[in-house]
Amino acid sequence: MKRLFAWATLIFGMGYFILPLVGLTEFSLSMRRGEYSFDAYAAVLADPRFRETFSYSVVMALLTIVFGVLLVVPTAYWVRLKLPGLRPYVEFVTLLPLVIPAIVIVFGYIRLYNTSSWLPLTGSLTGTNLLLMFGYATLSLPYMYRAVDTGLRTIDVATLTEAAQSLGAGWVTILARVIMPNVLVAVLSGAFVTFAIVIGEFTLAALLNRPAFGPYLQLMGANRAYEPMALAVIAFGITWACMGLIQLVTRFSKHTKAAR
Amino acid sequence: MAFLDIEHLEKSYGATKVVKDFNLAVDKGEFVSFLGPSGCGKTTTLRMVAGFETPSVGAIRIDGRDMARLRPNQRNIGMVFQAYALFPNLTVAQNVAFGLKVAGESRKVIDERVAEMLETIGLPDLGNRYPFQLSGGQQQRVALARALAVRPQVLLLDEPLSALDAKIRVSLRGEIRAIQKKLGITTIYVTHDQEEALSMSDRIVVMHQGIADQVGTPFEIYNRPRTRFVANFVGTLTLLEAEVLDPASGHVSIGGVEATLGRRLPKGAVTLAVRPEMVSLGPAPGRETEVTGRIVDVDFLGSVIRLRAQIGQSVLAFDTFNSSDAPPPKVGAMVTLSLAARDLLLIGE
Repeated sequence: MKRLFAWATLIFGMGYFILPLVGLTEFSLSMRRGEYSFDAYAAVLADPRFRETFSYSVVMALLTIVFGVLLVVPTAYWVRLKLPGLRPYVEFVTLLPLVIPAIVIVFGYIRLYNTSSWLPLTGSLTGTNLLLMFGYATLSLPYMYRAVDTGLRTIDVATLTEAAQSLGAGWVTILARVIMPNVLVAVLSGAFVTFAIVIGEFTLAALLNRPAFGPYLQLMGANRAYEPMALAVIAFGITWACMGLIQLVTRFSKHTKAAR
Repeated sequence: MAFLDIEHLEKSYGATKVVKDFNLAVDKGEFVSFLGPSGCGKTTTLRMVAGFETPSVGAIRIDGRDMARLRPNQRNIGMVFQAYALFPNLTVAQNVAFGLKVAGESRKVIDERVAEMLETIGLPDLGNRYPFQLSGGQQQRVALARALAVRPQVLLLDEPLSALDAKIRVSLRGEIRAIQKKLGITTIYVTHDQEEALSMSDRIVVMHQGIADQVGTPFEIYNRPRTRFVANFVGTLTLLEAEVLDPASGHVSIGGVEATLGRRLPKGAVTLAVRPEMVSLGPAPGRETEVTGRIVDVDFLGSVIRLRAQIGQSVLAFDTFNSSDAPPPKVGAMVTLSLAARDLLLIGE
């Protein structure tokens, strides 16, 4: 009886998640009347705005990942090594983006960094792009910090640091050659989540008026029938590819084999 | 002047002083062990030498150079940790090469030195393995090779054998000592295992509550403990409360049994101690003082049997060798024990 209940729950859960996706995919393939085709996908891929916005978002995602890693890894490392008492507070701060909506963050940015402010970042394209990247980094902070912190928990940070110091290594060497390689899987997990967040993000990019993939998705959704569905499937595929990559790097990480 | 000089070293955490007025002079090539129970300050002292802790008071000098302003990575001190601390992402060879790479040595020099160190620790063929592919003993050997590869001025070992099983500990301590002697490197070894300290060290510092209770050779520490703590901590000792009857000749009364130690003793009540191996079951040549007691405990330890006999108010421990022909006395049996009065040690506070 218990087994039956478990199977029923599993089938219900899978149906709940999979059926809408099946419907979405089926609809995205139905552009040609009476038969399935990839016309909607072809139309999307042929659209120059798709290529522009998608490549813009990919570049922004990569920059966000680099910035996030440079910000989070040393911070999480330092907190764990020297300021363990501050950990709950730092964790609280990193969780704030989950409870503060993106729209609040972006209005805060616009208010603080508008053209008549002391730091007019919105006055130039580079400045606005920079602001958008900071915004993305903020949104991905809970995931990136948690991933890195979990990675740091699996190694003896203090002893490895002291071992490296006794061998003559300075802080940069320790971070680059000892800490980073040992939390690489965790960093990559955070990076893929960040990538997925940035690719689909709408609010920040729309309100900062940048040509990102999120606003393009919204624009297509408002004006077309089949193409937005194809785009949704593509975006969903990217997210799943990221999650698959997280699994892959974890599996093929040589030196962590013993831990499993 | 000693090679490593530690003067008036103190360390406090808030109001708690964990190391108190610690002084030690270590000669070049000497192997010194810090021996003591958990929390006695031995690791803190070692970490101050390494630079991982800042002394509250005092000075550390290596080869005449003050270490106070130097960061741990500037001290050229090799360190081996209890938890091995090998870098999990690097192979054995890369681990050993780490310090040399940091120092900017050429590829040729690094390769030669790594091969030499792996040969020294007896693992020449395991260079391509990752730490997780090695046993605990092998990992600790690699950690030793890594620490020695950079030719440090001083080698510090912080309970390096504690995580290993008994047999490996015994073989590895011999290897560590042999390598240390071969390289002639000044070494400080932290342990709470008296057997390790006694078997490996040129000198031992017995630490207790942040104080160096006694500094001496293993022979001195074992045979002439200066404090009650050292006497209790190193080896097994029976403490006997005695009354000095004649200070000049060292004539004492131990629970009614009189003995002459043949050396001057202070007046009044004293604490004497005797090692189990200094007491014989039955009369023995050269052991003139005889006492009678009742066996209260028998521990079979293999080649040796440790017995305890109630004598007056004291319980005297003594050892006999195991013999298949002569079973040890049973609990409750009355026995005569003999010892030489000169073997009784006077214990200070």
